[in-house]
Amino acid sequence: MTLFYRRMPKFDYIRPSTVEEALAALSHGEPVRNQVFSGGTDLIPKLKSRAIKAPPNVIDLKGIKSLGYVDFQSDDGLRIGANATIREVAQSTSVLANYTALAEGTGLIASNQVQHRGTVVGNICNAVPSADSAPPLLAHDACVVCVGGAGERIVPIADFFVAPSVTALAPGEIVKEIHLPRPKSGERSVYLKLASRGRMDLAVVGVAVLVVVKDHLIQQVRIGLGSAAPVPIRASQAEAALIGQRVTPELIAQAAAIAASHTTTRSSHRASAAYRREMIEVLVRRALTQVTVPTSSHV
Amino acid sequence: MKNIDLALTVNGRTEELTIPPNRTLLELLREDLQLTGAKEGCGHGECGACMIILNGKTVNSCLILAAEVEGADIVTIEGLKQGDQLHPVQQAFVEHSGMQCGFCTSGQVLAAKALLDENPHPTPEEIRDGMAGSFCRCTGYTKIFESVEAAAHLLQDHQGAKL
Repeated sequence: MTLFYRRMPKFDYIRPSTVEEALAALSHGEPVRNQVFSGGTDLIPKLKSRAIKAPPNVIDLKGIKSLGYVDFQSDDGLRIGANATIREVAQSTSVLANYTALAEGTGLIASNQVQHRGTVVGNICNAVPSADSAPPLLAHDACVVCVGGAGERIVPIADFFVAPSVTALAPGEIVKEIHLPRPKSGERSVYLKLASRGRMDLAVVGVAVLVVVKDHLIQQVRIGLGSAAPVPIRASQAEAALIGQRVTPELIAQAAAIAASHTTTRSSHRASAAYRREMIEVLVRRALTQVTVPTSSHV
Repeated sequence: MKNIDLALTVNGRTEELTIPPNRTLLELLREDLQLTGAKEGCGHGECGACMIILNGKTVNSCLILAAEVEGADIVTIEGLKQGDQLHPVQQAFVEHSGMQCGFCTSGQVLAAKALLDENPHPTPEEIRDGMAGSFCRCTGYTKIFESVEAAAHLLQDHQGAKL
């Protein structure tokens, strides 16, 4: 049983105003490195419960005013800065219009209070397999712009999650932004979250699907799965079974079964591994059906 | 630890304090300012009993370091009523018995106010969704949602009266 402490452990507080200052502070700290945060909605509970050791300094990134953007350009796509809150992304007109799965995934994270502080970048840096922003970012084929002493580097989202709570960030690096490519014409996407209390629970499983269907043929498909493996994953085998094929209920059912058979689900107090695997199949089938149903604008 | 000097506005008053860096905003409000309306229900940002309004947005104060709110504008439950005049949301909760033990009520009222500020005519589903971050162990939520619906009507009447 986890002991729950009422008071915070001891640490000092730094508020840099530039990325360079933040990186300089980040590369120090003994015996535990200094720790960055923006929303604090993951860091503070971890410090309180002693799940992590208190660093000498917590580094508040919110002093870096230039990182709060949610910026959509039709030729470049969407860039989400490190300090952009979950609510800002979930309610952004550009996101709602162009990245449905992301709008739905971020909109289902916790409460409005948490969404007003927590950030999407923080959600992926926390890197739990159930993160609701992760399957949509996988389906949208996002990439993560990391910045450290050696400069910037770009990590595809599928490579960003290394293990539960472990990302591809090197020591001394932070995420500057998440970049989603510009949407293709005819793209449709959705995020489905299975949880007993809706938004407020972590996802038992989460499924994001993005497709482009033309003349009943699947031209493009990406399926992101949460809580199906130690990290958020793409259902690549299911995708391979769908690409170029004609949309039918049988094909969808087949692909959903393939997706579920390639998961390594875990039993926890929320659900058993077997239930999770079954629900992956159910949600992938529902999500594929939802995004391939002809709308009035389709012939 | 190095203490930090803070100046911020709470319920319209300027407050200047010196606090340790590991103080949470909830601790500052309850222990340094004696504004005990915000409660520690869970301490990790799930129950909403510690909710306050920070720069116009509802937040869980247990998840915020006091050091983060330099220059901020904060409204707590204590700041809702004007003199002896209850805020329409408070009035609705009183009239419709939107509380039993009252521990979650500060957060529920603020969540309702924020919801109705953004969406003056919420559907029942929108009320449930907008209030999702405020847990209650006593009421089963029915009276809380009825209070929110009543508050929506009260606020409409007030708007009508102003025009």
